[in-house]
Amino acid sequence: MTWAIENYDRLLLALWEHIQLVCVGLLIALVIGVPLGVLSARRPRFALVVLLVSGALYTVPALAIFALLIPYLGLGFWPAIVALVAYALLIIIRNVATGLREISPDILDAANGMGYGSWRRLFAIELPLALPVIIAGVRIAVVTQVSVATVAAFINAGGLGDIIFQGITQDFGEKVVVGAVVTSALAVFCDESLRRVENWMRANQAEHA
Amino acid sequence: MAGWIAANPQIFVVALQNHLWLSGIALVAVLLIALPLGLVLTRQRGLANAAIAIVNILRTVPSLALLVIMLPLLGTGFLPSVVALTLYGLPALLLNTYTGLTQVDADIVEAARGQGFSDRQVMMKIEIPLALPVIFAGIRTAAVQIVSAATLAAFIGGGGLGELITAGMANFNFPQLVAGAVAVAALALVVEVGFAAVERLLTRQVRMGAA
Repeated sequence: MTWAIENYDRLLLALWEHIQLVCVGLLIALVIGVPLGVLSARRPRFALVVLLVSGALYTVPALAIFALLIPYLGLGFWPAIVALVAYALLIIIRNVATGLREISPDILDAANGMGYGSWRRLFAIELPLALPVIIAGVRIAVVTQVSVATVAAFINAGGLGDIIFQGITQDFGEKVVVGAVVTSALAVFCDESLRRVENWMRANQAEHA
Repeated sequence: MAGWIAANPQIFVVALQNHLWLSGIALVAVLLIALPLGLVLTRQRGLANAAIAIVNILRTVPSLALLVIMLPLLGTGFLPSVVALTLYGLPALLLNTYTGLTQVDADIVEAARGQGFSDRQVMMKIEIPLALPVIFAGIRTAAVQIVSAATLAAFIGGGGLGELITAGMANFNFPQLVAGAVAVAALALVVEVGFAAVERLLTRQVRMGAA
């Protein structure tokens, strides 16, 4: 453990870069994915096309996406973000659409009867009710992004993958292990904390219902 | 890209073959471990909770981390890659096998026992066939995950199509890099679509059998 102790600042920096990659990627994925998810819930045809395209993107291995982006976008942080967004989109869109579709029609009828316009109904009733399912999607998306961001070091985007790749090229086992363990810990931490948020929201809703 | 493959057919074919071997062996290992283990866990509920907790953690471990953690344990090469890929594909199938079997309607199992089915018959004729669509969905997820993660085996000397990408990057040989990337993307999509087609067929048969 000597390397990790002596170079804790480099480790923390890599962790910070990793978190930045995931946060920026998630934010952009939400900005694009939530409207697409709402549209998908309203129009089944549109949903089919969107899910097909984002599903195909999701299947492509991370290293392949990164490699294919190099000729167009080069190396660094932003090309990595493009790939991270591509991975999260499918999950966000699918869960927003599922969450909205699962709302009972009676509730929507009641909102219409109370004179809610469609925008107000969306923001005041539908999205809050769909929130646990959306958070469940965010959880899967974040865990996926933590994993994909590790590979992003391949295109010089930094993050914990950098420590791993340095360890491999320098034949320095401890760096490899420390990088891998910290990445895994980050993934498990994100998964567990978002799972708690999700459960808490579900319990909250059940109480109000 | 096509030009690079045409100019270097042997390198490409070897990489593709290696990728298929890596993924194929890992998938078979996943089947051999996850199917019996999932079945045993439905009989041992106490054990099941502990196993599922472990598997849920394993599921969140990033693929690259799982592969490189093999370096100090098993060194570089084909075998460490297969072990890592097996561990990576295991959670999807184990969870689906367990869930699929536990979701089988208890009334149906009860009815079968009432008709004099033995434990073995209940398992072979009722539980496994009814759980098959869910189990197969797990096989598909595991297969796609393994084929995808096998790209990263190149980083621990496991070979496969990822090697074209890493070598292309190291030598600034972009046609090679793109050839590797496109080939591995196509392979992943083919596996996904192929397994999905078999899955649909299976699901339909189960439904027809039930009708």
